[in-house]
Amino acid sequence: MSAPKKERWTADSSSGPAATTSGGTASEAEVRSSGGSCLWAGRGRLPRLGGRAGMAAAASGAGAGAAQEKQFPPALLSFFIYNPRFGPREGEEENKILFYYPNEVEKNEKIRNVGLCEAIVQFTRTFSPSKPAKSLHTQKNRQFFNEPEENFWMVMVVRNPIIEKQSKDGKPVVEYQEEELLDKVYSSVLQQCYSMYKLFNGTFLRAMEDGGVKLLKERLEKFFHRYLQTLHLQSCDLLDIFGGISFFPLDKMTYLKIQSFINRMEESLSIVKYTAFLYNDQLIWSGLEQDDMRILYKYLTTSLFPRHIEPELAGRDSPIRAEMPGNLQHYGRFLTGPLNLNDPEAKCRFPKIFVNTDDTYEALHLIVYKAMSAAVCFMIDASIQPTLDFCRRLDSIVGPQLTVLASDICEQFNINKRMSGSEKEPQFKFIYFNHMNLAEKSTVHMRKTPSVSLTSVHPDLMKILGDINSDFTRVDEDEEIIVKAMSDYWVVGKKSDQRELYVILNQKNANLIEVNEEVKKLCATQFNNIFFLD
Amino acid sequence: MGEEDYYLELCERPVHFEKANPVNCVFFDEANKQVFAVRSGGATGVVVKGPDDRNPISFRMEDKGEVKCIKFSLENKILAVQRTSKTVDFSNFIPDSSQLEYTQECKTKNANILGFCWTSSTEIVFITDQGIEFYQVLPEKRNLKLLKSQNINVNWYMYCPEGSVILLSTTVLGNVLQPFYFRAGTMSKLPKFEIELPAAPKSTKLSLSERDIAMATIYGQLYVLFLRHHSRTSNSAGAEVVLYHLPREGACKKMHILKLNRTGKFALNVVDNLVVVHHQDTETSVIFDIRLRGEFDGSVTLHHPVLPARSIQPYQIPAAGPAPVTSQSPVPCKLYSSSWIVFQPDIIISASQGYLWNLQVKLQPIVNLLPDKGRLMDFLLQRKECKMVILSVCSQMLTESDRATLPVIATVFDKLNQEYKKYLDAEQNYTMETPHKFVIAVLMEYIRSLNQFQITVQHYLHELVIRTLVQHSLFSTLHQFLQYHVLSDSKPLACLLLSLESFYPPAHQLSLDMLKRLSTANDEIVEVLLSKHQVLAALRFIRGIGGHDNISARKFLDAAKQTEDHMLFYTIFRFFEQRNQRLRGNPSFTPGENRAARKLWGSHIQYQEITGGWGGARKLLVWRTLGLVLKEQNFVPARISLSLFTVVRVDSGC
Repeated sequence: MSAPKKERWTADSSSGPAATTSGGTASEAEVRSSGGSCLWAGRGRLPRLGGRAGMAAAASGAGAGAAQEKQFPPALLSFFIYNPRFGPREGEEENKILFYYPNEVEKNEKIRNVGLCEAIVQFTRTFSPSKPAKSLHTQKNRQFFNEPEENFWMVMVVRNPIIEKQSKDGKPVVEYQEEELLDKVYSSVLQQCYSMYKLFNGTFLRAMEDGGVKLLKERLEKFFHRYLQTLHLQSCDLLDIFGGISFFPLDKMTYLKIQSFINRMEESLSIVKYTAFLYNDQLIWSGLEQDDMRILYKYLTTSLFPRHIEPELAGRDSPIRAEMPGNLQHYGRFLTGPLNLNDPEAKCRFPKIFVNTDDTYEALHLIVYKAMSAAVCFMIDASIQPTLDFCRRLDSIVGPQLTVLASDICEQFNINKRMSGSEKEPQFKFIYFNHMNLAEKSTVHMRKTPSVSLTSVHPDLMKILGDINSDFTRVDEDEEIIVKAMSDYWVVGKKSDQRELYVILNQKNANLIEVNEEVKKLCATQFNNIFFLD
Repeated sequence: MGEEDYYLELCERPVHFEKANPVNCVFFDEANKQVFAVRSGGATGVVVKGPDDRNPISFRMEDKGEVKCIKFSLENKILAVQRTSKTVDFSNFIPDSSQLEYTQECKTKNANILGFCWTSSTEIVFITDQGIEFYQVLPEKRNLKLLKSQNINVNWYMYCPEGSVILLSTTVLGNVLQPFYFRAGTMSKLPKFEIELPAAPKSTKLSLSERDIAMATIYGQLYVLFLRHHSRTSNSAGAEVVLYHLPREGACKKMHILKLNRTGKFALNVVDNLVVVHHQDTETSVIFDIRLRGEFDGSVTLHHPVLPARSIQPYQIPAAGPAPVTSQSPVPCKLYSSSWIVFQPDIIISASQGYLWNLQVKLQPIVNLLPDKGRLMDFLLQRKECKMVILSVCSQMLTESDRATLPVIATVFDKLNQEYKKYLDAEQNYTMETPHKFVIAVLMEYIRSLNQFQITVQHYLHELVIRTLVQHSLFSTLHQFLQYHVLSDSKPLACLLLSLESFYPPAHQLSLDMLKRLSTANDEIVEVLLSKHQVLAALRFIRGIGGHDNISARKFLDAAKQTEDHMLFYTIFRFFEQRNQRLRGNPSFTPGENRAARKLWGSHIQYQEITGGWGGARKLLVWRTLGLVLKEQNFVPARISLSLFTVVRVDSGC
């Protein structure tokens, strides 16, 4: 509390981050330590209000003059992983680098960038020994630091969004938007990179134990080479902070049927260690611990499922048993593993995943099997190699039952929807998240696609949501924040116990009271079965 | 004597067989509990009837002489017939195998076979006057293989199929008993023991008759029962039954003496772990329970009859034949007849009438025969079919006319709960043994089934689910079950969740959600929030449901005081002043509340002065108060933090 937490210093342009980018304007860096709750201690809330107003004005202004401008979204500049212990002496610095993107960068520059990060982290430790720096703000870009395992550092450098304007003399003028990126969003993205790597490769330390630096480097290269291409930094938002799980709403009876199905499957396929059940890309049951499920869910919904768009999606709602073709017993199929069970040469290779890495450190094969909209993940011990016979048996047991179950769920879901009449209700735009069970709900986001997660609202509004979230993180108590944004938009953030709710309203000439009433109405319809303070 | 006075009865559906006569010999096999009626040495037919199988087995066999003994092996696979004193004949009753007889002669030279016993479906023991021979029968090869034999002089033998023990009477007096135990092809010799005879034997002739010995399993332990006609001590003249405990390992030990207090002809049965002693002269029976408290003299326990002696309930022999034309009225059966033969544990056979009965204990009449309710409970709790009877005792105890005194009721409860505790402990051990994954899967199936038929799931089932999950730290599973309302909402469940908070913090949220859904637990919600020092949240909640006019200010002020948050206290205090103003036109508290409120307020102000006053906190304080006050008039939401809202900036300046 005593040390000033907000440090500003002007980096020497020759050694600073500016050197890595062309242009060479004197960069002003702002280092934030993660002791974030005190960051604003000296300033209180009010000075920031002005800043927000200015931003809102700028945003509306930008909307008007968009025709003459070119906008460039934030982009990944570089991404590297290093361990300072691996090359502590002069001349050996290259050994520290375990992975560097883009690989084409000249060796000395890599070493310089890694060295700078090391220096910043060391320097800021003086002010906050327990929590080192998380990000570095410069005019052109922003760097994010993460130490997921002791002495292993991951750094992500993101270029600030750019607006290119035509000056009066016709020359393009580039303007970096320094305040656009939210630290929490991109820090979360960086953490997610690690979690995803760990899910498929285990910890860095385990790779070191298994095959030394060489193996670790190979694994990092193999994984991140592809994974970094799937980072869509321009569409990262609040949901990346939460890393939540969308749960499928279901009545008790159908849920119990699913329970019963899972228990029976685990009994008859005795080698199954854990099971997860999803419907419509939403989770219903998970035998894994929350944190493992959270990242597995992310993989399934943003990578695996979108790659296997349902071929039979069209006839999903009609009673399938009647139209089931004579020779086809069911709609089940493997999303991982063998494509064609009748092919005797079919390979039964399943992705390997690592869970409970903190204690039991289990390696598992991930079998994902899907019938219509229902998907089951069976996880079996990696020491057991599933055979084609096993896959056939699984197919013959799970396939028919899952097909029936999927149509039951669909039927029940439609009945529930009709009964609650939720189709007719006015659609609120809101995002809900519960820290306790990671439950997440968003009517702001469209269905996820493999490339981007689309939002139906203006990015500036999304940024306000992120800002409110940062405010919430700072205080333990329940809070409510109402923001009047540009045009007729209002953004309301509510925090009650471990739950957060963000509502975006658009009403002409609405005042505070009316906005408050609207939010109350939403809580009464959507959240009447939980303890959510009004 | 009314029907409600008899506590022993013969079973309703006896096994009926052709009565013994010169051409029809009747045999009883204790192992299979089968009655064999052998006509003309088997030439005109053998009919075998057991207690369970209502379809008798009948067959013919060649008359090769008088049948001395005839028994099926277990599961009726092989028939063994003894016709001479040297040999036993066998024939297979296995489908598709040869029915030709094969014969086995006893191995010991010059020995006479006293009898034989089957110990399994293919193992048989011959008992000769010179020892025992243990054989395995090989039905396919139609011969026998000697497994083991032992030379010993035998007077008579006794077989207890429940314990797989054969008892041999040895020595001249016959009172040294040698037990053998059989199990899966092995024969083991147990330590021999001596039965104390009533008086010093006068001669060297056989003094212990097999009629006075019985073997039975009582409370899971094998006992040798000896009927001693004259007590060794001269002061009591009556006969007694001595119980020797015969353990699997270790020496046989005299444990109990049952005092009969009369003399004459006796017979023994064991029913439902009770020793029943029939007395032919008085045509009555008495029962003993060795678990009931007796007189312990340092080595053995003396028992007296539990109940006064009573006859077996009169029995009517059903009219003969199924023919409807015979409209004969049922014939009363002669009880305690001299033609009765008694077998262990509970069998009574009347060879002359052709009936086999099982003896049964009637519990309901005992309720009125045993006035000591504590002893009655001890007795009933050990019986098989006791639940309904105990229930009737309990309900009788509480009805107006037969009301028991409180000490008696207390005793009965203690007896019941002592048993219940044993059951609970056993149950606990049971759950420990089963893998939790299976337990939960089974519970889920049960809850699903109950739900399917729209039967309310009882709280204890939910509790069991939660307990099992918590025991194995499966909190994420628990969370998911609650999320999908598999565990129905209830106040007890919410309280249970609250208690789990220290193990699993999210249980707090789950509990509050549940209380909220119940909508009858608003007081509980306030209490939970106050206990967490969330005074503002509690107040907002109670206001949200419109209950803030009736709440006690003191409770909230107290809780606010405890937080040592001055602004919070001021806020709460002002809120109640506003409420008073609105309700009574005066901000002051009612006399009762007033003193307490002022007292709290006073100590608060003092504290403020010492710690340096309001200065730094002033801005936030006013702002917070404003939030509540305005809200009170339905103006703006509490705790506003506004970005573009100028009102706040103006107000916070004041």
